[in-house]
Amino acid sequence: MLIYIIRRIFLMVPTLLVISFLTFFIIELPTGDYISNQIAALKASGEQSSIAKLEFLRKEFALDRPFFERYLIWVGLWPGPHGFDGLLQGNWGWSFEFDKPVSEVVGPTLPLTVLLNFATILFVYVVSFPIGIYSATRQYSWGDYGFTFLGYIGLATPNFLLGLILLYLFNRWFGLSVGGLMAPEYIDQPWSVDKALSVLAHLIVPTIVIGTSGTAAMIRRLRANLLDELHKQYVTTGRAKGLKENHLLIKYPLRMALNPFIADIGNLIPSMVSGSVIVSVVLNLPTVGPVLLSSLQSQDQFLAGFILLFVAVLTLIGMLISDLLLAVLDPRIRLGGRAAQ
Amino acid sequence: MDVLSVEGLTVDFLTAEGQVRAVNDVSFTVPENRTVALVGESGSGKTVISQTIMGLLPSAAQITSGKVMLSDPTGAEPPVDIATLDRKGPKMRHLRGNRVAIIFQEPMTSLSPLHTIGDQIGEAALLHRDVGGAEARELTQEMLRLVHFPDPKRGLDAFPFELSGGLRQRAMIAMAMICHPALLIADEPTTALDVTIQAEILKLIRDVQDELKMSVLMITHDFGVVANMADEVVVIYHGRIMEKGTAGQLFSNPQHDYLKALLNAVPSFNMDRDERLVPIRPIEVKSGDLKRGRAECAVPPGAPLVELRNVTKRFTSRKGGLFSSNAATMTALDQVNLTIRRGECLGVVGESGSGKTTAAKAILRAIDIDDGTVAYNHGDGLSDIAKLRGPALMDYRRRVQLIFQDPFSSLNPRMTVNDILTEPLQIHGIGTPAEQAERARSLMMLVGLDPRFLRRYPHSFSGGQRQRIGIARALALNPEFILCDEPTSALDVSVQAQILNLLQDLKRDLNLTYLFVSHNLAVVDYIADRIAVMCRGRVVEVGETREVVSNPLHPYTKALLSAVPEPDLDNRLDFSVLDANRASEPSVWPEPFGLADGVAPVLVEMEPDHFVCAPGLQDVRAFEGTAA
Repeated sequence: MLIYIIRRIFLMVPTLLVISFLTFFIIELPTGDYISNQIAALKASGEQSSIAKLEFLRKEFALDRPFFERYLIWVGLWPGPHGFDGLLQGNWGWSFEFDKPVSEVVGPTLPLTVLLNFATILFVYVVSFPIGIYSATRQYSWGDYGFTFLGYIGLATPNFLLGLILLYLFNRWFGLSVGGLMAPEYIDQPWSVDKALSVLAHLIVPTIVIGTSGTAAMIRRLRANLLDELHKQYVTTGRAKGLKENHLLIKYPLRMALNPFIADIGNLIPSMVSGSVIVSVVLNLPTVGPVLLSSLQSQDQFLAGFILLFVAVLTLIGMLISDLLLAVLDPRIRLGGRAAQ
Repeated sequence: MDVLSVEGLTVDFLTAEGQVRAVNDVSFTVPENRTVALVGESGSGKTVISQTIMGLLPSAAQITSGKVMLSDPTGAEPPVDIATLDRKGPKMRHLRGNRVAIIFQEPMTSLSPLHTIGDQIGEAALLHRDVGGAEARELTQEMLRLVHFPDPKRGLDAFPFELSGGLRQRAMIAMAMICHPALLIADEPTTALDVTIQAEILKLIRDVQDELKMSVLMITHDFGVVANMADEVVVIYHGRIMEKGTAGQLFSNPQHDYLKALLNAVPSFNMDRDERLVPIRPIEVKSGDLKRGRAECAVPPGAPLVELRNVTKRFTSRKGGLFSSNAATMTALDQVNLTIRRGECLGVVGESGSGKTTAAKAILRAIDIDDGTVAYNHGDGLSDIAKLRGPALMDYRRRVQLIFQDPFSSLNPRMTVNDILTEPLQIHGIGTPAEQAERARSLMMLVGLDPRFLRRYPHSFSGGQRQRIGIARALALNPEFILCDEPTSALDVSVQAQILNLLQDLKRDLNLTYLFVSHNLAVVDYIADRIAVMCRGRVVEVGETREVVSNPLHPYTKALLSAVPEPDLDNRLDFSVLDANRASEPSVWPEPFGLADGVAPVLVEMEPDHFVCAPGLQDVRAFEGTAA
């Protein structure tokens, strides 16, 4: 098992390298870069004075080098204008748009993004698990139809609309401040118990809004998986032994139906980040989603590249977790090698 | 004393189309320590009866009338009427797995893949026998020993996917037996198993029955199993009992027409060469339309049509990821030499994993072989099919066709029968649409189906009708040579007889050549002119059918033949000799048949036209030539 974990972690290294290359390649696909676009704009308006400074910046950030060199400098595998100074050395790059290091731009939002993602995934699993089991075991009952209907509404309602409605209701009922991930008075304040509580209270609406569609999809998936398993022969075998229905359900078919459920942890993360951009804008959430959008629009390449890579790392970690959980839960995966020998 | 007595049982299913009567006024008894066989074809209601006794009927089913009395021969508990119990209630749960237990047909799917054998078997003991975890484990180990698990202690912690089908069925039997039930229901317990394993499992059920003094209700469609296991027989058809009595009465003097017809439809070894099976619904072959304009095979009858020379195929399974590479190689075909003569039917028999299907695929060129050649005679001598390209390969594909095992998955459910039958013609660009439609009509007539069915989809046909559509599709291109890959193993006996006769008639009328792959020796004996026996990727014996069956020379062929249960009370299996021979292990075959890894499986002509794999005799009478 330990060897399996180590092997899986080692496998992440080449995966990450490939992802970083693809990310960089895709970001560089549009012609030009942030600075050359600026130069073109300045030239058009006739301002010659700043151009020299921008040309200097292009050299400074090695934007005049060939593609592969630029990539390797960004990763930190090739000496740039200031020696080895890339992601591997802990330098996340420079954001031209904000005129700040990337770490300062995304620094405060990253923990909140991770927190929001974590809360959403937890919400998806906690809500969809019991409902999925209920829907499958009471197939075609009123409860099943009701949850199916709710699920479709969750899938069909635009997230920003749901967000606005919920914000309004929470404001009316609980006096929660509108927007953001904490009450305005705590912004830029040091962490305290009250601030943490405020963050938790403000997490509720975005978590529900971002999580609904994922929950609805997950309910349908668990329901379908479980329905498939319920009619398998081994369930009848268990029943023929005289097991009670609930005990039977939990021990046999539910455990089989869990596999796809767990395998999805990794896949949920990127869709949460990219899918929550509009919600984040509407609800004024300090997550990386809106930053990513604006950086892509303005070709702020180091910022965009870093955020994409960050999401990729989160995804890989999610996949690692689901792989390890699968190995723990399913002996066929754990012992697959043993059986083949 | 009767352990089980069913009186006037009627079960109805409530469906969208109304009430369907699955079991109609059925009465029978199972006496103490006896085996009763419930015999019927699919859809006869025999499984519904077993579900009723176990309290496992689906919610759409209801017991309309009748009694199902279960009495405990030990007298520990008063008799109960299962029909009156709440199916999900505690009283029924108390009986299930405790006083009545069941084993199913499919050992591959009836155990949970995620739990150890010990866990799943011990569960029943925990539920009913008032024992703790450690005791349950002890009992489980005891049970595994009783069902002859090779290493009971290790078996406890094994997962089902680590075990073979036979071992899984043993585990199922151990699970059913752990509470010493009064009644064991065995629902087709050996249908999914190879014939040697089947014999072992039947013997095991017998042994366990003697040891624990229980009654067995054996549900089966196989008269061979009935003749070897049953004291009493109940024949059921469409939910009604046709005939019941002792095994002796029913086999020697069947009264009901249905039973007589069923017995006539079962192939057995003591049939005469030209004796035909009598199917319940025979098909009349109308081959007139197809014979017109049919390109006759240019090879003279009896001359080699297909020849396999030292054909070797290895499968490599790679386990592990980027950082580990432990490849495991499995030899599916080991220097196979076979000749199929024009106009004959060559039967290939062997157990699962013997390489018989791989051999058929190699002939089809559906897989590439690692070594050796497959040669086909197009009329101008044998030529290697591996060298065929483009139009020549298309021509070969037209000449050689395949009939599949499973009539359900081999027809596309979204295509009409007309589309299915004309697709080969379209692929090969044969004929105008009008000619293709005409061809589809005559193909339907050929296999005895009404051409008006052409617009229907496969789901509206029964298994036997689908198999006939599959046969019609194989014949669409006027092939010379047809590979039949277990074409009847998914069918009922009466339908099997119908399909076998159809194949025989087609072969006669259209001058076809067959390679007939099957694990059922009686079927191959009925249809094949010559038999090739395969084991672990090697051909171990080839010869004329009667010669091989009546005078088997190879130890594996002998073991295979001795394990076939015959539908004949005078010819029962000798269970006492079964245990000793694990005959499918080439390294333990006696000299001169012994075959270590890496030794070429040389065929030696021990009798005229009767070849046996005997490396020990290689120097004495070396095999040369093409006759095998």
